[in-house]
Parts: sequence; structure tokens; C-alpha cells
Amino acid sequence: MQRIVVIGNGMVGYKFCEKLVGLAKPGALDITVFGEEPRPAYDRVHLSAYFENRDAGSLELAPASWYSDNGIALITNQYVSDIDKENKTVQTKSGETHTYDQLVLATGSAPFVPPIQGVEKDGVFVYRTIEDLEGMMAYAEKIKDKKSNGKAAILGGGLLGLEAGKAVMDMGLEPHVVEFAPKLMPRQLDARSSKVLQLTLESLGIHIHLSKTTNQILGNGAITGMEFGEDDKLDVDMLIISAGIRPRDELAKTCGLATGTRGGIVVNHKMQTSDPSIYAIGEVALYNQMIYGLVAPGYDMAKVAANQIMGNTDEVMANDIDMSTKLKLIGVDVASFGSPFMPADKGHSIIFENKTKRLYKRINVSHDGKTLLGGILVGDAGDYNMLHQMYLNGMALPENAEELVVGARGEGGAAFGSAMDLPDTAQICSCESVSKGDICNSLLNEESSTLKDIVSCTKATTGCGGCKPMVVDLVNETLKSMGKVVKEVICEHFQYTRAELYDIVRVKGITSYDEALDTVGKGDGCEVCKPALASIFATIYNDTANKEAVIQDSNDRFLANIQRNGSYSVVPRIPGGEITPEKLIVLGQVAKKYDLYTKITGGQRIDLFGAELNDLPAIWQELIAAGFESGHAYGKALRTVKSCVGSTWCRYGMDESVSFAIELEERYKGLRSPHKLKGGVSGCIRECAEARGKDFGVIAVEGGWNLYVCGNGGAKPKHALLLAEQIDNKTVIKYLDRFLMYYIRTAAPLMRTAAWLEKLEGGIEQLKRIVVEDSLRLGDELELQMQALVDRYECEWKQAVENDEIRKRFQHFVNTEDRDDNMVFVPMREQKMPEAWAT
Amino acid sequence: MEAVLATYQSTDTSAVTTWFKACTVKSIPENGGACVKYKDKQIAIFNFVRKNVWYACQNLCPHKMEMVLSRGMIGDADGIAKVACPLHKKTFSLESGENLNGDLPAIATYPIKIEDGFVYLGFSE
Repeated sequence: MQRIVVIGNGMVGYKFCEKLVGLAKPGALDITVFGEEPRPAYDRVHLSAYFENRDAGSLELAPASWYSDNGIALITNQYVSDIDKENKTVQTKSGETHTYDQLVLATGSAPFVPPIQGVEKDGVFVYRTIEDLEGMMAYAEKIKDKKSNGKAAILGGGLLGLEAGKAVMDMGLEPHVVEFAPKLMPRQLDARSSKVLQLTLESLGIHIHLSKTTNQILGNGAITGMEFGEDDKLDVDMLIISAGIRPRDELAKTCGLATGTRGGIVVNHKMQTSDPSIYAIGEVALYNQMIYGLVAPGYDMAKVAANQIMGNTDEVMANDIDMSTKLKLIGVDVASFGSPFMPADKGHSIIFENKTKRLYKRINVSHDGKTLLGGILVGDAGDYNMLHQMYLNGMALPENAEELVVGARGEGGAAFGSAMDLPDTAQICSCESVSKGDICNSLLNEESSTLKDIVSCTKATTGCGGCKPMVVDLVNETLKSMGKVVKEVICEHFQYTRAELYDIVRVKGITSYDEALDTVGKGDGCEVCKPALASIFATIYNDTANKEAVIQDSNDRFLANIQRNGSYSVVPRIPGGEITPEKLIVLGQVAKKYDLYTKITGGQRIDLFGAELNDLPAIWQELIAAGFESGHAYGKALRTVKSCVGSTWCRYGMDESVSFAIELEERYKGLRSPHKLKGGVSGCIRECAEARGKDFGVIAVEGGWNLYVCGNGGAKPKHALLLAEQIDNKTVIKYLDRFLMYYIRTAAPLMRTAAWLEKLEGGIEQLKRIVVEDSLRLGDELELQMQALVDRYECEWKQAVENDEIRKRFQHFVNTEDRDDNMVFVPMREQKMPEAWAT
Repeated sequence: MEAVLATYQSTDTSAVTTWFKACTVKSIPENGGACVKYKDKQIAIFNFVRKNVWYACQNLCPHKMEMVLSRGMIGDADGIAKVACPLHKKTFSLESGENLNGDLPAIATYPIKIEDGFVYLGFSE
């Protein structure tokens, strides 16, 4: 049996093991891995996540059991002290000797600590291992115990140093990044992009000090500051050194392997060292006179070494190593690819810079304008995948190369074309080495038929996930080219769109969820199809959420919005935002009695937060007794119709916006829909009700109302579009009945009106034809259906408090009257809030 | 909360030393869940009528450490019974406890049996 010994259990050492066991027959190899750290290999790239979640387990690349399951003996906490090349043995610090046939050195690197006077003081750390982090965190706690405004400096403004800056912020100290060079990330960014990054980071509260040479670390025993020059000092309580790396080549040196003058073990393109039985990979390997500090080249080296050892001698390291990187640094996109800095004799640069929006884009183009040589993106790296592919594959640039940076002019112009234009060899997922051909051919050969199949058979997208949008495009476009319709079915249990399911339920007269699953679905349902069907039943039969409680979305089941700590919020309906002093007093009394946090919502009503599940029925009983109704704030349903004060009081008002808003809210209250629905009514074009930011908006003008539809605020704000002009109240209601019902019947689950209109073929013009001109001759049917729903409205909270069976639902424990003692509130500005999440 | 999380450990039926009479069968909704208290623990119980199986697991969602899983919707993913947390729709297998749509730690599951109209939970402590 071949004996393989691996020294080093970092990311690259682990990847080597993964590749090796993937290539070898089970039981064919005897593999022993030595790790110096106490735990199995973990994801060092995302080390700063440890500050957020303190969960070392979540960083693990594979659990300890993975090694034993694959026949690998993993020995952690063990330092290998010597290699005997002649006898092919390694010796551990504890005196054990192990023999090998092939030895792999994946010892990585150590942080470089510059020889600054005072660097040995307490409070000076390096940033590499989980133990380093734990040390920093303990020290930071001590600082915070002593003072509230503790500061920590990071020496080094490179990639890792900025990551450490984020870690310092998470520890609750004021971060100061100190860099020797005149710019941040000197290896990846040019001066201007670095400035844009600097502005962004400063706006996030990170202090940046450039062109600083640290002469001395100040303090008596423990660090109190850094001295740069005469009278140039920075007071800090802690220092993290992130000034580069040094390869861990000491073992190689003592056993006489060839090393570089500035460190690193010399390897050839097979990753072999000067001794053919010994390989070196990762940050310790000196390949083409370079050390590669990125994880992707390290993984490539692991793959090459594993193949060489298994006899696949054709698999060698490429000559040119792609050093392109894309990362999110403290929430800021930063990417650089190819040659980010290009001498002027090689080509020209096209640069776009907008400091107000903190954006910088630069591409370097050959003199003939045909080839992309490299570039830098800061602030928005959305185009990185396509640009990187164009660079890697030497693809032809569009005629106006500037479109790659500033976007194409005119309608729907996309400078990039589609992912389908890439050559088959283009590597789409670099973590798992999946090419475009791998993805498309798998579909074309009918080995896979869905995105899920592709992910499970190629492992694409399972690494960093950055390639996901491209993989999705490739799958959809390939399926389309094969004549297969990519249908947006609800979920694995129903092979229909929501609109199709609506028709099926209606035609077949299906009335319960189980009946639907048994007649037209499969399996046992899930959290996607259950609420979708509940919504369909609500539209067809006007069932309230009390009918089948267990298929309702979790908020609907308890008729309240679940909040951060598992408590609920209570929002009674206040139509049009109009409320009497008497009712206001009742809200105040109820909030006081049940100790609720109160806030005015964006929809002109009052939200009472922090109610325990057990208290909800009693709270609502009191509110209902005072004349309130459910506000359906928890539901995918009509929320509010917001209004301005209108002509009753306002000297500019053209019509009674409050009265009309109340009329509309009373009409559509309780209406369930694919997503939440909001409305607004403004008394004049000054538009104080912000009606055009709603799913439907009505604005008073000379001669009637203008009706706008399909707007929303939220993540993708959209102004509502004009559906009809100068119409009277009755016509507004007629058009709204038609519009809302048509939307409710045909939209996908959780699709708001704006997104629905975008998908509607023909857009707003088609919607006008359907609603105003009644081109589908559906008008009467839609109006009748809406009227039936309006007539059968019932307040579901009234149903709930009057029914003892339903009231039982609102109990945290079913076997005791005890309350949930896990729920903790803390004071805030004379009220209360849930205790903050630890993670 | 990590300390609380650590108190929930999956229990194998063979290791059960106590069968705790938790509640009546009727107090758990069909195809839904509810929560019971056992000593300091909160256990979510689900009556999966469509599969004709009962399930028990910790009520604590390991994502944001809130006691809410019993209020989630149940269903299946490729045949595996699962529950979706009501806060962020993280889904967990009710059989193995494994997180099905992410990398969260698995939840603890407990043995459960029905006798004479009562639900019993198995504990090893």
C-alpha cells in the first residue's frame, strides 16, 4: 500500500486530501495528515465571520469524521520537526517517526511581523488562526471593561488587513488602518480606485492612515500607541499586524530542499520539490519564482499534486496563474482581474469614476481595441463574471468598448451579450472547475434537466456561489434552445404555475389543501405551496385564515406578525389613517396594560409590538370591543390605503381624498392576494399620500381622478403607471375591481404588482386594454367576483376571539400555562425592545 | 444562548430512560405543531397525519436562537419530512434534524410515541 504523509491541514492541505481520495480506489492508500492547530482545516478566507458568530464549527471545511470515513488518519495539535529524505521518514515533536512513500508539504505561511521596536508588547496580535482571534477578543473585552472608546489599529492596508478592520469593528472598537504605501490594497488597486474604496470605508467608520512608517510601539508593558515620526503618534489600545506573509519553509530548509532566496520551497510544474518524492503546495510553494497567497491557485496546486501522485502525469500547473479576485469587503464590492495596472505601451484604459456614488470601473484594452487585458471594479462588481470570462477567453470586445464600463445606450442594449456567447471551454465555476461545456452538454445529452440536477452532478455554485447567476442563465437558455419551456412551477409538489393552479382549483371545485395535493399534486406539501393554496382558496371561497390554520403562512396562522424574539405585533385597521381621540386613547390603554412598544407605521396606523402569543386573544378582545378590526398587517393581503388630508381641510385640495381612501380601504379590507397590497389617495398633484409608490394610487385632478397602478416602495422602488385619467369615483372602483382581481388570479406567489406588470406581455398598454377596454371580456366576471368577496368579508380576529377552539391556538405551551421564559426584552427610549441577536 | 442550544441533544430510542407524558393527542393540530415544556426544555411536537408519523424536536431554531420551530409549517423535501422556521424559513429534516437549505447545525430530535390518546416523549436524562 502506498503511504502518503501530508504536513499541514489548512485549506490547501484539506483540498489535496479531498482530491486524492476522489482519485484513488477506497483502501488503496494509507494517508496520514499532520496539523499543527488543534482543530481540523477551516475556512481562513472567511475568518472574520468568526467575530460575528463565534462558531468555529461553521468555518470547518469538513468535520473530523470526514477524515476517518475516508480512511485518513488526521493527527492535530502535532508539529512535525524533521524530515529524513534518505530513509523517507518524518519525525514529530513528541518523538514519533512515520514513514512515507510520497510526502506533501502544505505548511502554508506565517504572518510577517516587521522588526519594529516594542512589537513584543501586550495587545499586539497577528491575524491568522482561530486562536489568534480568540486572543484578540479576550483582549478587546478587557479594553472595553476599562473604557468605552477603545481603539485598535491594523498594521497593513491590504486585503487581509481590511478584513481585520471589519473584525475590529465587530469587536466594538474603533478601527484604524495604518498602511506604509500611499494607497489601500496596493497589490490589487490603482490610486484612484483605492481612493474610492477609502472614501467608502471611511464613511463606514474605519479610519485610514496612509504613507505611515511605524518607528516604535509605545507603552509600558502593554501597547498604548504607535509612533510614526516625531510628533506623529496614534493612541491605540491594541494592534493587529497584517503586513504580509512568510512561507513556512523551515522544515524544507533543515532537510536540504531547494528554497528561494526570499523563502518558499522551489517546485516545478508538477509541484515536485528538488526531491521527487516530496511535493509542496499552497502558500509555501515557490512556483515561477512567486508565492501565491490566494486560495484558488492553492487549490489548483492541490489538484496537480494529487494527480501526479496517482500517476496522471499530464496534469501540470499552468504557466500563467490567474490572480483575479472578487470579494465583498465590509459590504463593498472590490474586484480586479488580468493586469489591473497596465503600462501605457501595452494599450489604453477606459475609466469611469463617480465618487458621490462611490463607484470606480476601469478596463484595460489593447491598442487595437480588440482584447481585454484586465481591469478593476470598486463599489459594484456585478459585471465581474462576464468581464473576467471575456479576459480569460480572449473574446472579441464590442465595437464601443466603453459600453462595458458605462452600459449600452438605448433600449435594452446589453454590451455583454449573453453567457451563451462564451466558448465551451470557458470556466464558469472556478471553485469546482466547471466549464460552460460541462453545464450545457449535460443538459443537451439529457443527463440533467434542471438547475438542481446540474448543481448536484457538477457541484457548480457550491463553492463561493459567485457564478450562480451565470449558471442559471446557461441552464435556462440551453433548455430554451432545446425547445423546453422553463415553467415557473410553484414547488416540487405542484407542477403548475399559480395561475394554472387557480384555474384548476376553481374548475374542479377543490376546497381543501389535502384534496388539492391528492388530486393534482404529489408528496406532502411544503412552506411554499401551502400558503399559495390558502391564498387561492381565500380568493375563490373567501375563506379567512382561520379555516385551515396549518396551511397558512406562519404569520397568518397566528393572525399577527412574528417579530425578532418570537413575540408578535398587533396592528388594528385605521382606514385612511383617520382616527377619533376616543379610539386613540383605547390604543394607548391597551398598549400600557400589556406593556407594548408603540410606533406609527408607514401606512398611517399604529403598531403595538412585543405581545406574547398567549396575550393576543385578550388584546384583540379589548380592541374589538372598542370598535377596531384586524388590520391584516400580517397577511399577503390589502394593508392600507394611505391618504393626505384632502379638500376637507387643505387649501390646495381638489377632492376629498380621506373619504375616498376610507371607502376604498373598507371595500378591499381582508382581500388576500399573491403578495401584500397597498393603496394611496392624494387630493391634488402635490401627492402628499405618495400614491404613486403604491400598488394602486388615485390622485385628484381637474375633472375627476387619475388612476395609477403597479407601483411600490421597497427594495426595488417603482412609480405606478397611469391606467386611466379624469374618471369618477364609480369608475375608479370598477377599474380597481378588475385590475386587482386579474392580478390576484394570474400572479405568481409573492409577486407584487410591479413585477407582475413587468412579466405581463404588452405591459401597461395591454393592461389598459384588459381593464379599460375589456378586451378579454372578463370585466363583468372580475367585478362580480370582487363584489362577492366584499359582501362576504368577516373580521378574522373577531372569529378568533369568539371561538374557544381557535383561542387555544394562541398558547406557547400546550401542557402548561407557563410563558416562554426565553423571551427577553430590554429597555429603549422609555419603551422596550427585544434583546439584540447575538449573531 | 449557545449554552441553551447545547442542552438539546438528539436522543436515540434505545437510550430512553424516561417517557414523559407530554399532552393529549388532540392538543396538537393535525399536520401542524405545538410546543410542550419538559423541565427547562421546550420541545416541538408535530402530528404529520399525511405520513401517519409523529415527530419531536427542539423548539429552538439554531439560526437566530428563538423558540419558534413549533409554529412553523411542515411538509416534505424529496420525501423527507421537514419543518420550516417561521422567522426566516430555514428548513430542518424532522427525521435527522439536518438543515436542508443551509449550513446550520442540525436540530435535536427526540423519540415520540402515542398511547391511549396521549403523546409521550423519550428523554435520556
